[in-house]
Amino acid sequence: MRPWKIVAAGEGGQGIQALAETLALAAYRAGLQSLYIPNFGIEQRGGVSLAFVQISPAPIGSPKFLRADLVAALSPRALRRSGQYLGPETFLLYDNSLIDAPQISDEVVGLQSYDTIAPEAFAERSSYRDRRPAVEAPSRCLVAVAASDLARQRLHPRVFNMIILGAIVEITGAVTLEQVKEALEEKLDRRFKKDPRLREHNFAALELGAAAVKEKATAQA
Amino acid sequence: MAKAAELESRAFITGNEVVARAALAAGADCMFGYPITPQNEIMHHWRRLAPQQGRLFMQTEDELSAGFATIGAVIGGKACFSATAGPGTVLFQEPLSMAEMMRLPVVVVVQQRGGPSTATVIYSQQELNLVCFGGNGEGLRLVYSTGSHQELYDYTIKAFHMAWRYRFPTFVLGDGYQAKMREPLQLYDPAERGFGPIPKEPIFGSVRGEGEKPLLHLRNSFSVEEELSEVLGRHLEDYARAAPELVEHEFLGGAGGELLVVAHGIVGRAARQAVRELRAAGRRVNFFRPITLRPFPEEALRQALEMSGGAVLVAESAQGQLGKLVRLAAAEWGRPRYRTLYRPGVGITAEDIAAEIEEAILA
Amino acid sequence: MSELSMPRCWNRESKPHRFCPGCGHGLVLKALGLAIDELGLEERVVFACDIGCSLLAWDFFTFPCLQTHHGRTIPVMVGLKRARPELVAVAYMGDGGGYAIGLQHLVSAALRDDPITAVLVNNTVYAMTGGQMAPTTLLGQKTETTPFGRDEAETGRPFKGPETLSAVAHPQAYLARGTVAQVLRLKNELKRGLERQLQGHFAFIEALSTCPTNWRTNAAATWAFLEQDMSSFYRPGEVAVMAGKED
Repeated sequence: MRPWKIVAAGEGGQGIQALAETLALAAYRAGLQSLYIPNFGIEQRGGVSLAFVQISPAPIGSPKFLRADLVAALSPRALRRSGQYLGPETFLLYDNSLIDAPQISDEVVGLQSYDTIAPEAFAERSSYRDRRPAVEAPSRCLVAVAASDLARQRLHPRVFNMIILGAIVEITGAVTLEQVKEALEEKLDRRFKKDPRLREHNFAALELGAAAVKEKATAQA
Repeated sequence: MAKAAELESRAFITGNEVVARAALAAGADCMFGYPITPQNEIMHHWRRLAPQQGRLFMQTEDELSAGFATIGAVIGGKACFSATAGPGTVLFQEPLSMAEMMRLPVVVVVQQRGGPSTATVIYSQQELNLVCFGGNGEGLRLVYSTGSHQELYDYTIKAFHMAWRYRFPTFVLGDGYQAKMREPLQLYDPAERGFGPIPKEPIFGSVRGEGEKPLLHLRNSFSVEEELSEVLGRHLEDYARAAPELVEHEFLGGAGGELLVVAHGIVGRAARQAVRELRAAGRRVNFFRPITLRPFPEEALRQALEMSGGAVLVAESAQGQLGKLVRLAAAEWGRPRYRTLYRPGVGITAEDIAAEIEEAILA
Repeated sequence: MSELSMPRCWNRESKPHRFCPGCGHGLVLKALGLAIDELGLEERVVFACDIGCSLLAWDFFTFPCLQTHHGRTIPVMVGLKRARPELVAVAYMGDGGGYAIGLQHLVSAALRDDPITAVLVNNTVYAMTGGQMAPTTLLGQKTETTPFGRDEAETGRPFKGPETLSAVAHPQAYLARGTVAQVLRLKNELKRGLERQLQGHFAFIEALSTCPTNWRTNAAATWAFLEQDMSSFYRPGEVAVMAGKED
């Protein structure tokens, strides 16, 4: 397989860190080299949340990088913030159903931070002034998925991030959906036991995201 | 103690959890801690795991107290550690200078954040000066700079053993990236890798040298210069004698190199990748990474210089703190041509270093 | 001092001690030594001093003694006690160490009810460094940094340690102020403080003491300052713990 450098960016509360960590965990479980690091600052919430994941058959260098192979930008602000990682060959995955930045509720933030990353994982002041030139979206590799609409209409708003993760899996092929599901089982074991519907929703969301990308590819072909 | 089988496993965890697990596996008895980002989860994990195994945790009122309580427990004969960062590392210099004077095997894990002052909670390599030479003394410390989760685990375990064997305060120098990122590593029972129990003993009642009385009264203050000179002279001699046994480094490359890239910690990892890729493309670039920053692997660096034609690129997330150590060590070799990639408080990627190497070779 | 009156646990090799003539430290350490003798704790005590004049006690006893930095005897002893609960920890300090540079440790140890015995010598000045104002310097008292007398408007009021700690200490903690003017009473207070540690609680004893060197007083004036000026502001006696009484 080829190595993948992935940036996921979204609003605090969208589940960006959980998405990234699950992806990295799945790759680790698949026997690959895998590294995940959140961008963390002192602002607790309400900013752009950024996560870096690298998956590779070979040892991984620095935890951060200049150019990504895939950027998943899940809000307009997140797209501006992650623009610097785009190159001519970068896949850009975005949510074309998102008009407004989603509401941030404590409940969702609580869900996102199920691990030990401090609240400061929600990084990046909105007042941070980016002096880099405006993003020039690469035309070849644009992938749009209406993840927010799909989540709301078909499942539950909270599994938005899993739809995106399903899409990432389909685009990259770095891991399989099964491996991601196993990673979720490991990560959310107790929650799944308490509420089996949560498992259903998460797994269905992964499938939805993957299917959405597959459809697009078929339509383009 | 946990069973070897329980310890022997792969894991995909944050660096902070790695440190806590390593300290447990090493057989550390207690941790005194005070919250500061980005090292907090070391305390969190230790607090959850350690008491089940009869180990101690205490959250103190500040870093001074964390450092001095660690000293108290060490004097009591316990393998004890703390963890800190940034302004906390500044405060730790006070207890650490006492540990240095009294030769107390205190272990401190530092996860560097941006500086000066409170700066960022994120990352830097700006605490090198402090951990190596902080305090009002001569830097009689042992400092391991790690660059991966595996090394965080390995050297946290090793730190306890070396601290107690040589009786110098010992640091494991990580950073915010290592603290917060997740990557795979192999956990193990140190006993399976040839580590016996930590050679700890109560400092009171211990005997330092042949023909000496057991220690009963410990002090750091002396009435006359000559008295200090005698005590400190012995410590300096011990340090110089131990240095060749303590120094560690990593070298990648060979003779006939055009350039030597020097970096430590997580930047070393970026540099290694850049050098690997360029070497695969036929460029004769070498890579040197000091693992011990104190004592510094000077002789090994000079040999690496010799193999690289005396051209050096130093890369670090600080304004020349490593650079200074390199220049000092290289001075005995001759006059290398220096290039520097200094980014205080900011991460450095393999791409950054590769671009710098290309420029250096073309220049 | 005759050989007979010397506490058993005093290290004879370090005597005569190094304190100035007329200094109260020797009397506090004598009371402490007698208290340890009477309780038979010699084999279990560890003593820590800092770098005020108390530094001069670094080899004072036959049991382990250690010297740390200014104000840090409490955290060192807290760490030692947590690591070795069977030991009896005595943290010895001056008024600068306890009430200024190390106050956070004193308050926190009282709050946590750390089972140690903290002994603070109050002589109203930073003595080792040449007689500067301490938190305990009385109003109007002349020191090197209050050459015209301590002025409340400039420096605030003198610090009352046991009374302050009474607001935060555990109900079972022991708080007292003794004086070198009454050594036997001081010895009993120190004994109670050691016993309280043995029962698992925090103990704090402030000892009013003398510093003729920095006070620049003769014997009579020294004694008068201790017994009149100091003792009327800093009332000797045990101090009741107020914390926890309200709930």
